[in-house]
Amino acid sequence: MTGETTVFPNPLRWALGLWRDQKHRGTIIQIMALVALLLFIGIIIRNTAINLQALGLEIGYDFLTEPANYDINQHLIDYNSLSSHLRATVVGIINTALVSVCGIILATVIGLFAGILRLSKNWLVSRIMYAYVEFGRNVPVLLQILLFHALIIHTLPHPRASLSPMDGVFLSNRGFYVPQPVLEPAAWAILAALVIAVAAAWWFAGHAKRVQENTGRHYPVFTINLALIIGLPLLAFFLAGRPIGLDFPQLKGFNYQGGMVLRPEFTALWFALSFYAGAYIAELVRAGILAISRGQTEAAYSLGLRPNWTMRLVILPQAMRVMVPPLISQYLGLIKDSSLAIVIGYMDIVATIGGISLNQTGRALECMSITLFIYLGISLGVSTVMNWYNRRVALVGS
Amino acid sequence: MSAQEKSMSVSDEMMIEMNGVHKWYGQFHVLKNINLTVKRGERIVICGPSGSGKSTLIRCINRLEEHQQGEIIVEGTELTGNLKHIEQIRREVGMVFQHFNLFPHLTVMENCTLAPIWVRHMPKQEAEELAMNYLRQVKIPEQAEKFPGQLSGGQQQRAAIARSLCMRPKVMLFDEPTSALDPEMIKEVLDIMIELARDGMTMICVTHEMGFAKTVANRVIFMDGGEIIEQNEPEEFFANPKNERTQLFLSQILQH
Ligand SMILES: Nc1ncnc2c1ncn2[C@@H]1O[C@H](COP(=O)(O)OP(=O)(O)O)[C@@H](O)[C@H]1O
Ligand SMILES: [Mg+2]
Repeated sequence: MTGETTVFPNPLRWALGLWRDQKHRGTIIQIMALVALLLFIGIIIRNTAINLQALGLEIGYDFLTEPANYDINQHLIDYNSLSSHLRATVVGIINTALVSVCGIILATVIGLFAGILRLSKNWLVSRIMYAYVEFGRNVPVLLQILLFHALIIHTLPHPRASLSPMDGVFLSNRGFYVPQPVLEPAAWAILAALVIAVAAAWWFAGHAKRVQENTGRHYPVFTINLALIIGLPLLAFFLAGRPIGLDFPQLKGFNYQGGMVLRPEFTALWFALSFYAGAYIAELVRAGILAISRGQTEAAYSLGLRPNWTMRLVILPQAMRVMVPPLISQYLGLIKDSSLAIVIGYMDIVATIGGISLNQTGRALECMSITLFIYLGISLGVSTVMNWYNRRVALVGS
Repeated sequence: MSAQEKSMSVSDEMMIEMNGVHKWYGQFHVLKNINLTVKRGERIVICGPSGSGKSTLIRCINRLEEHQQGEIIVEGTELTGNLKHIEQIRREVGMVFQHFNLFPHLTVMENCTLAPIWVRHMPKQEAEELAMNYLRQVKIPEQAEKFPGQLSGGQQQRAAIARSLCMRPKVMLFDEPTSALDPEMIKEVLDIMIELARDGMTMICVTHEMGFAKTVANRVIFMDGGEIIEQNEPEEFFANPKNERTQLFLSQILQH
C-alpha cells in the first residue's frame, strides 16, 4: 500500500533489508563491534593523557637514555649502574631470551625422553615417568621455581666447601662454576673448519640423494655428516696447535674468580621452567606417538621396512604434525612463565624495565608498554615460525 | 575362472607350510593346531565367524604376530626370532589390510615407492616407473600425485594393493579387504583381486565374499574357535558342507 512507502523512505528500507539479510547482518555486527572497541580504547588513552597532564606528567620515552643507577648481577653485554635504562632493558631482553631458549631446549629433551619412557613396557620406568608428569603438571610453576631455588641455595655447600665432580667444575650455593674457553688468535682456523664442514655436509646430503635416485645406493648420511661436523674442527684444533685454552675458576677469598658461572637464579629458573614444561611436553609426545595408529607400523613392517626406518619415515613425520600446534603453546607458555623470574631475583625484562626502572622513574605506563610489546613481539615471532612449519607439513585431504 | 583354469597355475612348489601351529594371547588360546600348506599359484579363501582367529592366522605368516608352538615355513625359510629371516620373508609377502593403512603423509606415488627405494634399494626413477605400472593395473594412474585422504575408499584400497605389489611379492595376504568399503566400491576392488588371481599370484584371502571365493579359490577354509574346521574345493564346500558349524555359518551369511 502507498502508506508504507511514505513511512519508510528508501534509504531506511535499504538498510533494513541489509539488516534482515543473514549474510550482511554478520558483517554489520562485526563493524559495530570494531567501532565500539576502537572508541573504548580511544577514551581510555584520552583519559589517561588528560589525567597525567593534570598531574604535570607527560608520556615520553626520554628517560630511557638516563643512567639506570642499579646493578644487574647477570649481564652478557657490558653493563654497570651508570648505563642507561635502555641498556638495562636490553640486558633484560637478553636474560629473558637466554633462559627461554635454554628452557625450551631442555624442556623438549626432557619431554621427549619422559614421553617415550612413559610408554615403556618396564613397569617401574613408566610409573616413575607417570609420577613426574603428574607432579610437574599439578604443582604451580611459581612453587617449582621457589623449590629449585631453595634446593640450590640450601642444599649446596658454600664456595669453600664446593662439590667438585670434575676438574675445574665447582658446585656451590653461589652458582655452578665451569672452565671458560679462551680463544687465541689461531682459533679462527677452527671456525673456518666448522663452516667448511657444514658446507661439505650440505653438499654431501644432496649428493647422497642424487646417488640414491640414480643408482639406488644408500649412504649413511647422518653418521658421515656428524663425523664431518665434529671431526673437521677437531682436526683443525690440533693442526693449529690447540688455539683454545681453558680458564679454570679459582677460589679467591669467599668466591671463585675466572671461569664461567651459571648463577643460582638462572639455574633455578632454567631447571624449574624446563621441569614444568617438560611434563606437559612428555604428554604431547606420548599422545603424538599413540595417535599414529598401530596399523601404520604394521603396514610399514609388512612392506619389509625395519623398525628404525619405520620410526623415521612413517611414524615420526606423522607424530610431529600432531605435536607441533600444542608444542607452540607450550613454548609460548614457557616464555611467558619466565616472567616469574623476579621472585628469585633473576633480572629478566620484567625485573629490569618492568620493575626497577619503573619504580625508580615512576613511568609506569611507558615501562609497562615497553615490556608488553617486547613479550608480544617475542611471542608473535615464535608462533609465526612454528605456524609456518606447521603449514609446511600439514596433511592434505582427510 | 573355470576349474581347469584355476588349477593350471598351481605348481608343486611349496610356498607356505604351517605345521601344528599354536598361539596364545596370555591365557587365551587363539590358534589351535593349525596345519596348512599353500603351493605356488594357489589361492585360498579363509572364512569364519568374527573372532575365530582368521586375522591372527594370516598375520602369523609375516610375523606381525608371533606363534608359540609349531613351525611356519615360508619359501623354505622358517619363521623364528631370527630378524634377518623375518625381514627376508616380509619382503616376499605382501599384505593388504581392512583399513588400507596407507601412509597419509605421502602421496600415492610415494606410498608405492617407499619400500622399493628403502628396502630394495631401487633407483627412484625405476621405482616410480614400476609404481606407475601397478597403479595402471589397479586403474588409478591419474591419482598418483594425490594424497590418500583425497581418494575414495575403493581407490585407497586399490592404492594399497599397488603399494604391496611394488615389492613384487611372491604371496599376497588379504585381511578382509572389502569389509570397510561402501557396497558400490566392493566390486572395483574384487575385480582387481580376480585379475591378480588370473595372473597366477599366490593368495590367501580372509573374506566373506562368497562369489569371489567361488570364482578364484582353489580351496576354501572354514575357521571357528581358533581351529580349521573344514576345508574343501569351493564347489564342494558350498554345496555339501560337512560340519554343522560350517552349515550354520554358511546359512547365516548366505541369508542376506
Ligand atoms: N592383541 C590381542 N590381544 C588379546 N586378544 C586378541 C588380540 N588380538 C586378537 N585377540 C583375540 O583373538 C581372537 C581372534 O582374533 P582375530 O584373529 O582378529 O579374529 P578374526 O579376524 O577371525 O575376527 C579374538 O577373540 C580377539 O579378541
Ligand atoms: Mg579379522
